[in-house]
Amino acid sequence: MFATNYLKRRWFLRDCGLGLAGIAANSLLAREVSAAMSSSSSGSLPTPHFSGKAKRVIYMFQAGAPSHLELFDPKPELTKRDGKLPPPELLNGYRAAFIKPNSALLGAKYKFAKHGASGMDISELLPHTASIADDLCMIRSMQTDAVNHAPAQILMNTGSQQFGRPSFGSWTLYGLGSECEDLPGYVVLTSAKGTSGGASNYGCGFLPTSYGGVPFRSAGDPVLYLSNPRGIDAPAQRASLDTLNELNRLALGDAGDPEISARIDAYEMAYRLQTSAPELMDLSQEPKHILEMYGIKDVKEASYARNCLLARRLIERGVRFVQLFHEAWDQHGNLTKAIKENCQNTDQASAALVKDLKQRGLLDDTLVVWGGEFGRTPMVQGGNDGRDHHNRCFTMWVAGGGFKKGHIHGETDELGFNVVKDAVHVHDLNATLLHQLGFDHEKLTYRFQGRDFRLTDVHGHVVKGVLA
Amino acid sequence: MRFPPAQSLLAILSISGSALPAAPVDFVREVQPILAEHCTHCHGQDEATRKGGLRLDVREDALKGGKSDGPALVPGQPDTSALISRVLTHDSDEVMPPPKEKKPVSAAQVETLKRWITEGANYAKHWAFVPPVQAPVESGRDPVDALVQSHLAKLGVSPSPSAPAAILARRLYLDLTGLPPSPAEVTAFEAAAGQDRPSAVKALVAKLLATPQYGEKWARHWLDAARYSDSNGYEKDLPREQWAWRDWVIRAFNADMPYDRFLTEQLAGDLLPQPTQDQLVATGLLRNSMVNEEGAIVPEQFRMDEMFDRMDCLGKATLGISLQCAQCHSHKFDPISHEEYFGIFAYFNNAYEAQSWVYTPEEQKQVAQVKSTVRGVEEKLKRSRPEWQKEIAAWETGIKVGKPAWNPLKATELGSTSGLNHPTQEVDLSILTQGHPTTKGDIYAIFEPALKGATGLQLEALCHGDLPFNGPGRSKYGTWAISEMVVTTQAPGSEQWTPVKLTRATADFSEPDGRMEEDWKADFDKEQKRVRGPVSYLIDGNDDTGWRADRGPGLRNQEGVAVVQFEKPLDLPPGTKLKVLLKFYHSGSDNGRHNTQLGRCRVSLTEATNPEAPPVDHAATLAIATPVDQRTAAQQEAVFTAWRKTVKEAAPMNDQIAAAWKKLPPASTSILHLAERRGDSQRPTHLLDRGSWDRPKQLIPPHIPAALQLTRGTAAPTTSNDRLTFARWLTDPQAPLTARVAVNRVWQALFGSGLVETSEDFGMRAPVPEHQELLDWLAVDFMNHGWSHKHLISTILSSATYQQDSRVTAEARERDPNNRLLARGPRFRMEAEVLRDSALTMAGLLHQEVGGPSIFPPVPQSVLDYNYVRPTYWLPPDGPERYRRALYLFRKRSMPDPVMSSFDAPNGDLACARRPRSNTPLSSLTALNETIFVEAAQAMAQRVLREGGDNDATRAEYAIRLCTSRAIQPAERNQILSLAQTTRERLIKGELKAGQIAFSAFTKPELLPPNATPTDIAVWTVVSRVLLNLDETMTKS
Repeated sequence: MFATNYLKRRWFLRDCGLGLAGIAANSLLAREVSAAMSSSSSGSLPTPHFSGKAKRVIYMFQAGAPSHLELFDPKPELTKRDGKLPPPELLNGYRAAFIKPNSALLGAKYKFAKHGASGMDISELLPHTASIADDLCMIRSMQTDAVNHAPAQILMNTGSQQFGRPSFGSWTLYGLGSECEDLPGYVVLTSAKGTSGGASNYGCGFLPTSYGGVPFRSAGDPVLYLSNPRGIDAPAQRASLDTLNELNRLALGDAGDPEISARIDAYEMAYRLQTSAPELMDLSQEPKHILEMYGIKDVKEASYARNCLLARRLIERGVRFVQLFHEAWDQHGNLTKAIKENCQNTDQASAALVKDLKQRGLLDDTLVVWGGEFGRTPMVQGGNDGRDHHNRCFTMWVAGGGFKKGHIHGETDELGFNVVKDAVHVHDLNATLLHQLGFDHEKLTYRFQGRDFRLTDVHGHVVKGVLA
Repeated sequence: MRFPPAQSLLAILSISGSALPAAPVDFVREVQPILAEHCTHCHGQDEATRKGGLRLDVREDALKGGKSDGPALVPGQPDTSALISRVLTHDSDEVMPPPKEKKPVSAAQVETLKRWITEGANYAKHWAFVPPVQAPVESGRDPVDALVQSHLAKLGVSPSPSAPAAILARRLYLDLTGLPPSPAEVTAFEAAAGQDRPSAVKALVAKLLATPQYGEKWARHWLDAARYSDSNGYEKDLPREQWAWRDWVIRAFNADMPYDRFLTEQLAGDLLPQPTQDQLVATGLLRNSMVNEEGAIVPEQFRMDEMFDRMDCLGKATLGISLQCAQCHSHKFDPISHEEYFGIFAYFNNAYEAQSWVYTPEEQKQVAQVKSTVRGVEEKLKRSRPEWQKEIAAWETGIKVGKPAWNPLKATELGSTSGLNHPTQEVDLSILTQGHPTTKGDIYAIFEPALKGATGLQLEALCHGDLPFNGPGRSKYGTWAISEMVVTTQAPGSEQWTPVKLTRATADFSEPDGRMEEDWKADFDKEQKRVRGPVSYLIDGNDDTGWRADRGPGLRNQEGVAVVQFEKPLDLPPGTKLKVLLKFYHSGSDNGRHNTQLGRCRVSLTEATNPEAPPVDHAATLAIATPVDQRTAAQQEAVFTAWRKTVKEAAPMNDQIAAAWKKLPPASTSILHLAERRGDSQRPTHLLDRGSWDRPKQLIPPHIPAALQLTRGTAAPTTSNDRLTFARWLTDPQAPLTARVAVNRVWQALFGSGLVETSEDFGMRAPVPEHQELLDWLAVDFMNHGWSHKHLISTILSSATYQQDSRVTAEARERDPNNRLLARGPRFRMEAEVLRDSALTMAGLLHQEVGGPSIFPPVPQSVLDYNYVRPTYWLPPDGPERYRRALYLFRKRSMPDPVMSSFDAPNGDLACARRPRSNTPLSSLTALNETIFVEAAQAMAQRVLREGGDNDATRAEYAIRLCTSRAIQPAERNQILSLAQTTRERLIKGELKAGQIAFSAFTKPELLPPNATPTDIAVWTVVSRVLLNLDETMTKS
C-alpha cells in the first residue's frame, strides 16, 4: 500500500545483481526481498514486460450490476416483444438467479439516442456520460461465469469466484509499485451500502499485506485511527514520535535488525499521512467550477460525486490505483425509479472525472473503468418492473489508457441476451487492462503453495480490438 | 535469482570461503527443483497437458523419451541425452523450455544436469514423501544443537552466544503464553538462571506449559490453519456460533492431547465408538468453511465450494501439500492426480452439514438427569404393563389398518415466488429447502398427478441432517411455522390457476393458540397480529394465523404431519397441474435464523374416504413401516412414546415424563459439524470435470493417493472406508508428512519461519529445507513421545539454538538475512494477537478468562456502517471482558478486524498456514491511536506511577522493564525524561489538558495511583504510548 523509496529500491533489485543480502540493509526492503525470495517465481519483484500505455487506474465499480438494457445496449426488438416469452432455444442450459428463465420479456424502460461524432447509443438516463461518448470504449459483449453477487464481484475483482485471491488493484501495485510516499498506493472509496463481496473485493489475498486496498472513509477518520488520541496536539505528537524514533534508533544500533529502521520509516509515513490524508479529503480548496462539474453541492457530504473528485486528487498525488465501490444497482424490482436515481447519483460525476482527467492531460495514461459484476435479464422479474441477474452479456466502458475512443466493441443479439460478436470475458478484460499497464497477464505471477498464481487464473486473452 | 533460497544461500556461502568437496549430485536437492521449475509443467504427470508424449518426472519414461526425440536421458551419456541437447540448442523452435515460457535453464543448472546424467541419472523419491528417519546424534549432546551446529560447522559459521537471561525470560513467556512477563517474573528468572540456567529454563518452561494461557496462545496458530471465524462469509455474512470448537482446541492444547488424536477427533470424532459431545464438537473443524446464504443461490454449488475449501484446509494444515492444485486437473508438480484428489474428497463428501447443541458440563448433568427420569418412568410403565410389547403390536396393527394409502408426488417444478429459494426434490420425493434464510416468503411445488377422485392431501414435515438440529424447520431451533397452505389446479393448456377448496385439517400434533414469542417479533407486524396454533390455521385463508407444532425442548426436532381434505374429490383430466404453496410469514424480521421455513417436507395424495391424520406422533407412524426387528433405537423410542400416550392408565406417568422434559436446560451454544450419511442417504462422489460443481463424471471411491500410501497396511484398520479411515492413515507413524508439518508449524511459531519456509507446501516446488535432518529428527521424536506438543516445544526451548542471542552483526546479517541457518536467535514482530494482549498485560488490564462466546471489540462506526448486512449485534462490552485476549475477538469475515488485520491476522476466509509480516504506516497509526491501545497507555501510566517509584527516573526504568523486560540504558533514560519533562511543562502551562490525555470513559477511579496528580498520569500516558510503540515492545527478540 505504501512505498518509501520504492522506485529506488526496485531499481536496486532490478539493476544491481549484487546479491540480495547487500540490499537487505535498506530497511523495508528486507521484507520485500524475503517475501520475494520465498514466494515469487523469479525471486524478485516483477517489472513491466513492456512499456505500458497506462500508468494508473481508476476503477468505478458499480456493484449490484447495472442493467445494460436500460443504459448502454438499445434493443428495439426487445421493446417490440415486451410481454412475450423468449424463444425457447435461447434458454437451453441457461440459468438466471431468481426467476424461471421462461419469463416474459421486458422492453427497456428508457430511450436511447446517438451521441458524439461516433454516434454512440446511450440512454437518456446518462446525459453526462453521453457527452463523453467520443472518449469511451464501450464493451457491450462482457461475459462472466457467476450469477450470484458475492462470487461475481469477487470474480470481477480478483479473477476467481473463490475467496482469497489478490484483487486487480493489488496485482497492479505488486507489478508497478507506488509512486507516492505520503499516501497508500491503492485507495478504496465507497458510497451507498457495503458490497456483497465485502473487503475481499479489494484484498491482497496471498500477496503481502502492503498490497491491499486502503479504504478512505467519508465519515470519521478518513483513514482508520488517523487522529491522535484526545488531548494529543500536533507538537505533542511530534515530540512523541521524535522520542520513539530516537529510542528505536538506539535499538537499531544494538540489535542490528533492518526491520527497526523499517519501523522508523513507517511511523514517519504515518505522521505524514496524518497531514496528507485530511488535506486530500478537504475539497474546500477546489474551485467552484470543478465542484459544479462533478455535481458536488456539499464538499463534506459523502457521495459518489465526492469520491470521483477524490479519485482525481489521489492519482494526481501519485496513487497508483483508486477503486470506487457504489453498491446500488440490484434492481430486481422498482427498476424504473431506482435506476433513474442511481444515474442521477453517478452519471454526472463519472463523466466529470473523465473530462477532468482529460483537461489535465491525465486521461491518456490513466485507465478509467466503469462497470458492475454482471448484466440484467431481458426477462422480467416480478410484476413488470424488475430484472434478474444475467451473466451472458453486459456492458462496461473504459476511457483512456490507450483504449479506443468513441468505439463500441462487441455485439449482443436483438434481445440483449447473448453475445453474438467479440465476446469479452472478465478474464479477457483483466488481461487487456494488465496489458495496458505493461504486463503480460500470463507472466505477472506470484508463487503461493507451489503454484504461480495470476489475476487471470489460467484464462484470458488480450482483446486487441479495444486498443487504439 | 533463479535458485531456490536454500541453494542461493549455499552458493553465496561457498563463494565466500568454505569450498565444498565435490559430492555426487543430490537428485532431490539439486536436480528435482530444476525439473519442477523448468520441465514438468509440460512433461509431468498431467496427461491432459503433457507435450510431445514426454514425461520427465518418472525415470523409466524419461529413458524412453517422447515422440520426436530419442531418449531424454541416457545414463552416463549427457551428450546423447535429448534433455541436454534440447536445452542447449540455439534453434529457437527446438530449445527447451520454449522461449515464450521465459524460463531458460542457466549454464550452472545444465552442468548439474550433465553431472547427474554422467553419474547415472538416478531418481529419488521426493524427501517429504518418504517417512522421516532420525539421523544419528552424538550421545550426550542436545540433539537440536548437534544437528544445527554440525551443519553450521560444515559452512564455517559459528552460532551466537546465549541471550541475556532477561531477554530469554521474555522470549519464553511470549512463546509459551503469548503474554510478556512482569518485571518481578523477569527478576525471579534472572536470579534462578544465575544459579543454574538449564534448570531455571526447565522449571520456567514446565510452569508456563501448565498455565491455561499456553493453550490460548497455541490454539491461535491452529485457528489460522483451520480458518476459524465467527461469521458465515459471503454477502450476508451472518454470525455463527462456533466458539465451542475454538474452546475445544484450547482445551486440547492445555491437556496436551496427542496430535494424532487431535487430528482424528477433528476429522472423524463423530465416527469414533460412542462419541462424546467433545468429539462431536471437534469435527467443527470441517465446518469452518464459509457458508453462502445469498438470495437465489443453488445450495449444491456452494456446498461444493465448502468441500473444496475443506480439501484446501486439509492440504495446508495437515498434509503440507497444495491439494487445491489437483481440483481442476492432475497436479502439475506433485504426485496427486485429478482422480486422487477426488479420492480424498470422497472421504469427506458423504456427510450432512449438521448443527447440534453443545451443553456445558453442568448442563450435561441436567440433561442426563432429565433423560434418566424419563427412562425411569418408562421402565415403571413397562413393569406395570408386562404385556406392553404385545399391546404395542396390537396398537400398531390398528394404525396400519386405519391408515389411508398416500401417494407421494413427484414435482415437475419447484420454486419460491420471490426466487430467493430453489428447493430440490430428494429420491424419497421429499422437498428440501436450503440456502437463503428467507424470513417472509413462500415455497411451492407443482405436480402433475393423476387426479381421479383425490380426496385429500398430506403434508409431512420431515427431519434432515442438513437442517439445524435435524430440522424439520430452518429456525435457530430447527422449528417451523406455516402461515398458510394454498392448493390450486391448472387445467391443461390453461394459464389460470383455480383454487381447490380445502375443508378439514387434522394433524398429529399442534401447539395451542398463542402469540409469536420474542424470537419471532417482526417489523412488519408491529401490532403483533400474528398468532400460531392449531392446524386449522393452515387453511383458514388468513396469513396472520399459522400452524405450528413445536413440542418444546428435546422433543421439537421430530417429524410432523397434516392432512387436509378437499371439499369435493378432485376428478380432473390428465395433464392437470396441482400446485401446493406454503407461506412462511411467521418469522422474525432479521435476516437469518429467525426464519420459520419448513426445511424438508413431502406432499402426498389419497383417494381414501375422509382422510385424517391420526393423533399419533408422525415419527411413530413412519417407524411402524419398518419391521420391528429392523428398527433403530430412535424408531423404537418413537413407537413406544406414541403408544404410551394412548394408554389411559398411564396418564400420570405420561404427565411425569412431559414434566421432566420441561426441565431440559437450554444449551449454552451449538456447533456446526459434519455427520455421516448412512444407508439410503449415502452420497457417492463423482470426479468433477475441471473442478466444476455441475459437471460430474465417473464415480470415485474414497482412496489415498498412490504416492502417499503407507509401505505397509494401516496400523489400525477400520471396518468401513470413511473419514475415520482417512484419519487413521493421516496419523499413522509411517505417514510421511503429518508429523513434519506439525513440527514445522511449531518451529515457525517460535522462530518466525518454518524449517520448511513454505509451511503450506512441502511438495516438489518447495525448496529442500536447509535443516531437513533437524526437521526429520524432531518429527520422529514427536511421534515417539506420543505426538506431544508440550514435549516438542520443551525439546526446542531447551536447546542452545533457541536460546541464542538474536542480535546480529552487519556481516552475519548479510550472509544470512533471513536466519535460515539458525546461527542466531529469533527476532520478529509479534503476531497481532500477542501485540494487543501484550499491551493490555503491560497496562495491567488483561482480563484472564478462558473460553466462551466471542466479544465485540470497539470499532469505528464507519467500519460497522460499511457492511452489506449491518451487524446490529455488535455491542462492545464495557466491563472487564472488554480487555479479554484477542483470541476471543469476534472475527467477521467480510469486515476484517481493523486492528488484527493491520498486523496481518488472517480473516478466516480460507486456511492460512503462515502469516505475512508487514510493517505499514497503517499499523503504526493503529498502535498509536486505536481505542484499546490508547486505554492501555493510560492504564500503563497508572501502573508505572503505582509501581515504578516516586520519581521519573525510577519510573522510566520500570516502564522500560515492563515493555522490554531488560534494564534501561542511560541514553534511553535521557530520552524518556526529556519527553516527560517537555510534556509536563506544556501541561502546567495549560497547552495540554491532563484530563483529556489521562482518562477515558473506561478509567477506573478506584485504581488510580493514590499520590499521583492528573498531570503525572497525563505525562506518563504520553510516555507509555511511546513505549508501547517501541520496536522492541512489539518484537519478540
